[in-house]
Amino acid sequence: MIFARDLVKRFGDFTAVKGIDVEVAPGEAFGFLGPNGAGKSSTMRMISCVSAPTSGELRILGMDPVRDGTKIRARLGVCPQLDNLDPDLSVRENLTTYARYFGLSRAEGRRRADELLEFVQLSDRAGSMVEPLSGGMKRRLTIARAMINEPDIVLLDEPTTGLDPQARHLLWERLFRLKQRGTTLVLTTHYMDEAEQLCDRLVVMDGGKIVAEGSPRSLIETYSTAEVVELRFPDGLDFNADYAAKLGGIGERVDPLPDRVLLYADDGDAAVAEVQRRGLVPSSVLVRRSTLEDVFLHLTGRTLVD
Amino acid sequence: MAMGTVHPSIAVLERHLTLYRRLWRASVFSSFVLPVLFVVSIGIGVGGYIGSVQGVDYLSWIVPGVVASTAFQMAVGESTYSVLGDFKWVRAYHAMRATPVRPNDIVTGHLLYLLFRVTTAVLAFLIVVLLFGALHSPWTVAVPLVCALLTVAAAAPVMAFAASIESDSHFALLFRFVVIPSSLFSGVFFPVEQLPALVRPVAYVSPLWHAVELCRSATLGVAPPWPVAAHVGCLLLWAVAGTVLAAYRFRRRLED
Ligand SMILES: Nc1ncnc2c1ncn2[C@@H]1O[C@H](COP(=O)(O)OP(=O)(O)OP(=O)(O)O)[C@@H](O)[C@H]1O
Ligand SMILES: [Mg+2]
Repeated sequence: MIFARDLVKRFGDFTAVKGIDVEVAPGEAFGFLGPNGAGKSSTMRMISCVSAPTSGELRILGMDPVRDGTKIRARLGVCPQLDNLDPDLSVRENLTTYARYFGLSRAEGRRRADELLEFVQLSDRAGSMVEPLSGGMKRRLTIARAMINEPDIVLLDEPTTGLDPQARHLLWERLFRLKQRGTTLVLTTHYMDEAEQLCDRLVVMDGGKIVAEGSPRSLIETYSTAEVVELRFPDGLDFNADYAAKLGGIGERVDPLPDRVLLYADDGDAAVAEVQRRGLVPSSVLVRRSTLEDVFLHLTGRTLVD
Repeated sequence: MAMGTVHPSIAVLERHLTLYRRLWRASVFSSFVLPVLFVVSIGIGVGGYIGSVQGVDYLSWIVPGVVASTAFQMAVGESTYSVLGDFKWVRAYHAMRATPVRPNDIVTGHLLYLLFRVTTAVLAFLIVVLLFGALHSPWTVAVPLVCALLTVAAAAPVMAFAASIESDSHFALLFRFVVIPSSLFSGVFFPVEQLPALVRPVAYVSPLWHAVELCRSATLGVAPPWPVAAHVGCLLLWAVAGTVLAAYRFRRRLED
């Protein structure tokens, strides 16, 4: 579906994407995970065929985006990072107008618009203007719009950023259904839980490069341990590094953060027991499953959402 | 699948028409009622004092000028803020860009919309002034065609300009130094021969002057000052060069 080799995007003398290799198979849900400025959107815009690669090879649906951009775009659904709905058109008109850009007949456009409004639960707002809609509703409408041409690939750039938890869960559920229908999904996100929920496979991007690749599970297995113990110490703000030194040898790895110390161990409870045996008294102890956040922290030395 | 039943530029036109459906009432006043009031008050009121110009009553003389100038104002006015807005704020062009719609189609769709707007306004205007007995030749049927050509000749370069700027304050310069002078010095209100020889070239390069002369020769049934082919050629030059430039600027702005 998507094939990229040594893909580069330069803006002037700034290189936003520094030679990445990506391959996405039909029906797969693929994620780009990374902090601000990692180059996720720049990559997505190249895949959407709206921005030409500076160098490298890119094939979408077996075609060349520069030569066959129009043909490829006819089969993509794009939800950009910034909503670009028509504020002076109604919710429904936004969809029917967009359907025409894909050459659909008016009747077909209306049929799909109603179906999609149902799908994203906006039917009761069909006639209202876009402007007064909430952020989550606009996002849902943008996603519905991206599906008007029954695309083979749906590209979603931060589909749920800025939404409340309820709206996010609704969107996840809709995207999951889309995936079940066999649509290939490509999305970017800052959110670990989103990537874990939706993606079969993902790449972690940082500074324009891919720093890791795999399924959420395999990334955790490769770069982290089964469990993580979070320890907070009353005077930790100043002495976390010292505590970390005293914790040396417990579990696989010890990572002092500004506000807490992380202990990577396959058996969290055993690690906690060892901490207590060494006479250390943390003010709080939390044993949890390892997440992609830990993978990211390990790979880049930084937390993902700052 | 029901693909390919509509050309992308028609789809773009339809978006403009859908938007226009919400505001057409407001635009009727400025695009039709206003020019009619204008021509009646100036033509009859002022005309009563000055009598005839170039051998015809002033109302009949000014009508073709006002019709062309209305088309010009509309073409320019609808290609400034709304175009920049669809790049910068609404980002509607970016939304289109992610579909099979190409930059050329966006430009064409916008021009088709302007042709619709201008032609309806011109036809309504002509019907009213016909009742005032201001049209003197069957050649008047050529007026909507001349105005259509003028629309493209004026709108396309302005669209290219709007696609090239970042701030809407540049439009003030466009109006002050281009649109207003060419409206004043293009033979709409008085013959360009009245202008000092130094200023006359302003009229000769302005697409508006060529359209005014063609419209005037059509409604009065007299020969225009230059050969018809020369006037049409100048308008065509503006239209073609402007459209090519606009398509280029749209492509550049949407590519990054
Ligand atoms: N059109 C542009 N011109 C110049 N620089 C750009 C342009 N678009 C992006 N950049 C730069 O490229 C880098 C990567 O940007 P990009 O938008 O791809 O990051 P991102 O991973 O999507 O970040 P975010 O999570 O904030 O959306 C940034 O430093 C950005 O400033
Ligand atoms: Mg981004």
